Amino acid sequence: MAINLDAKIPSGPIEQKWNKAKFEYKLVNPANKRKYSVIVVGTGLAGGAAAAALGELGYNVKAFCFQDSPRRAHSIAAQGGINAAKNYQNDGDSVYRLFYDTVKGGDFRAREANVYRLAEISVNIIDQCVAQGVPFAREYGGVLANRSFGGAQVSRTFYARGQTGQQLLLGCYQALERQIDEGRVQMYARHEMLDVVVIDGRARGIVTRNLVTGAIDVHLADAVALATGGYGNVFYLSTNAKGSNATAIWRAYKKGAAFANPCFTQIHPTCIPVSGEYQSKLTLMSESLRNDGRIWVPKKQGDTRAAAQIPEDERDYYLERMYPSFGNLSPRDIASRAAKRVCDEGRGVGPGGLGVYLDFSDAIGRLGKKTIEERYGNLFEIYERITGEDPYSVPMRIYPAVHYTMGGLWVDYNLESTIPGLFVLGEANFSDHGANRLGASALMQGLADGYFVAPYTIGNYLAGIKPGGVDESHPECKFAREEAENRVKTLLSIKGKKTVDEFHRALGKIMWDKCGMGRNAAGLDEALPLIQALREEFWQNVTVPGSGGEVNQSLEKATRLADFLELGELMVRDARIREESCGGHFREEYQTQDGEALRDDDKFCHGAVWEYQGSEQAPVRHVEPLSFEHVHLTQRSYK
Amino acid sequence: MKLTLNIWRQKGPNHPGRMVKYEMPNVDEHMSFLEMLDVLNEDLIHKGEEPVTFEHDCREGICGCCGFMINGLPHGPQRGTTVCQLHMRQFHDGEELWIEPFRAKAFPVLKDLMVDRGSFDRIIAAGGYVSVNTGCFVDGNAIPIEKQNAEMAMDAAACIGCGACVASCPNASASLFTAAKIAHLGLLPQGQAERDRRAVRMVAQMMEESFGYCTNTGECEALCPKGVKIENIARMNRDYLKAAITYREESAPAGGS
Repeated sequence: MAINLDAKIPSGPIEQKWNKAKFEYKLVNPANKRKYSVIVVGTGLAGGAAAAALGELGYNVKAFCFQDSPRRAHSIAAQGGINAAKNYQNDGDSVYRLFYDTVKGGDFRAREANVYRLAEISVNIIDQCVAQGVPFAREYGGVLANRSFGGAQVSRTFYARGQTGQQLLLGCYQALERQIDEGRVQMYARHEMLDVVVIDGRARGIVTRNLVTGAIDVHLADAVALATGGYGNVFYLSTNAKGSNATAIWRAYKKGAAFANPCFTQIHPTCIPVSGEYQSKLTLMSESLRNDGRIWVPKKQGDTRAAAQIPEDERDYYLERMYPSFGNLSPRDIASRAAKRVCDEGRGVGPGGLGVYLDFSDAIGRLGKKTIEERYGNLFEIYERITGEDPYSVPMRIYPAVHYTMGGLWVDYNLESTIPGLFVLGEANFSDHGANRLGASALMQGLADGYFVAPYTIGNYLAGIKPGGVDESHPECKFAREEAENRVKTLLSIKGKKTVDEFHRALGKIMWDKCGMGRNAAGLDEALPLIQALREEFWQNVTVPGSGGEVNQSLEKATRLADFLELGELMVRDARIREESCGGHFREEYQTQDGEALRDDDKFCHGAVWEYQGSEQAPVRHVEPLSFEHVHLTQRSYK
Repeated sequence: MKLTLNIWRQKGPNHPGRMVKYEMPNVDEHMSFLEMLDVLNEDLIHKGEEPVTFEHDCREGICGCCGFMINGLPHGPQRGTTVCQLHMRQFHDGEELWIEPFRAKAFPVLKDLMVDRGSFDRIIAAGGYVSVNTGCFVDGNAIPIEKQNAEMAMDAAACIGCGACVASCPNASASLFTAAKIAHLGLLPQGQAERDRRAVRMVAQMMEESFGYCTNTGECEALCPKGVKIENIARMNRDYLKAAITYREESAPAGGS
């Protein structure tokens, strides 16, 4: 089947593309905007910002989230900060440098034009957020403060203590509530999207389940924007919120939206290690800690002495040793793999040897406890609450964990998927991060898409169509609703022996072992039949108590897991075919002599774009070739 | 360790509820409180019973989804901690715990430990924002903000909207929640233009939602998991008092040539 992968990148020099596009986009007359309606699914930074901005412009917006309030979307948990090329520090930053760092940090697997636009918009985001009253950290002179993050040699990260995501999201949520109050946005909290409605080849609506009453309904609009986040929970244990799920993007994929680079997942280097079988999620310790914390393990294998008993010359500050110029601020994929390597060598610390030290004693000695407390106080508290250890006196123990997914629905420059009228924003799209996202860039992308890109591109789409024209009596609406109802009924009727969480843990183990931090052909070949068998068993042996007509959290988990069980398979297929290592995708067969990722630009300098072919057939892999005119293809070096 | 749990079970908003006793024979001290409930729920499902419904999402203490009463205290006994971050090492072997939903007229119970906190969103919608459209900005450094004010604004903005303040208050007042937003925006230059309107409208909405009045009991501050201070309520009252005298909703007709 023909699939159109035209990225619609505007012509002209990279610095002028976005301005040119904005000028060329068609506009909807202010008086006509209220005739058009847009559905926005998800109310994190991308969705909340888009819903607010579209409401401000005068469109009729329906916004949906599964949480009890739009303020609770998982963007709220982002800790460290947001990048912007303001160059307030006079340290040589520029739009071009942020663009360059992001393309390089993504290991040359992102579109240059998109990344440039992101860097360009970054400066507006800070201004917008300040205007909304986001309480960013400030210096005594009253100006905005910055910190450093991995993969950059300039200080361009803006922050609000360790709660940057929370404050940016509250800014966005408040803007959204203002539109709700003005009647421009209708908010549907506690609604989960179960499917997308496609009529005559265009996205025209969604099917939702009301999580309080269980009612399954169709909502129609002239365009649909998905901002539903990433799919890291396919691994069961991740830093994502428990409710974060892939259902919206997966159902869209099955209705014809292509899925790009599903195997690109980010493993964050600094998370609190697993403590037991009952573990329900992993907690991130912000990368900003690596500004002042030094990462080390003992030089000797199986050294069980307490950290304080290990003398300086018997410690291996391995990031500083291996990457002297970036040191503890090496990009996430590199820092994660290095941690795995030293633990695989038997030099890990803590229970099970799956941990490395993140040590603040030097910084406390140099800056004083008070300064460290000011910078990271809340993070230290979180750590102490979870582990019962005081990081001011004992080094933190950290280990990598699944954190972010760079893959997602394929979108063109306008953030439109291969289904016309279906736009995808934020982490849900295959994004601007290539094969690895740099720290403090997710917040930047979410807000860029939501505030500054989608309002233009969706407007351009709407200007080309007539509003309305379908109602719920359309057969496609009936079909999509019935399909969703039947899935729910089936899940409730299996009444097997295993709980949803038991299946989810099993899937997570397969994914982590075979498609996690290190991947190889043999493991991936084993994973495929394992996932298929697990999926089959799920549909025969899962037990979901309760009914469909009430609050039923087990049912919510079951509908989400059913989709993860399919998505996991696509991730494995994608990882298997990509016979190179790049960014977060590390194929053990493809590495340099000193263990660094070895790209194969001749064969894989492209986005892998998967097209669904029905449940009986394997999906088809297409490619979107990437060309690098500004940032030249080189092996990444952080040494 | 071994624990006895008494948990409020209620099928729906219009059903009566009751306490049900559950024995937990093997609780690990490294578990979070919610992980302990996960273990209980897995067990209940295997026995063919309905698991306990409780809200949770990020499990990092920031989304504000979780929250219920443990022995009469919202989020349990550890100060400055949401229940998802509360770990079982805070309890001792043989303890008996009483677990109930947040109780307030404005927070109707939906099921078991889950309540409806939509009233909080409506309070924010009444004026908890700065009215700037996307794109209406000046450079982020154009208006310097005194570090101390930025810090105090951040202290107030740290509120996660969990509702513990309401649950802890003998009057079920939402004053701390409402005041935190009024203070956050009122401390910043960007929030000045709407300061009066914000105070009047948010306070009116809080009353509309059937929350009680503040009588300076101070339970809210003591039990807020984010340490939001009661001084914010004083700020709210000052803003409200001033606005009540000087502020009028706009009445002049709009127009122009």
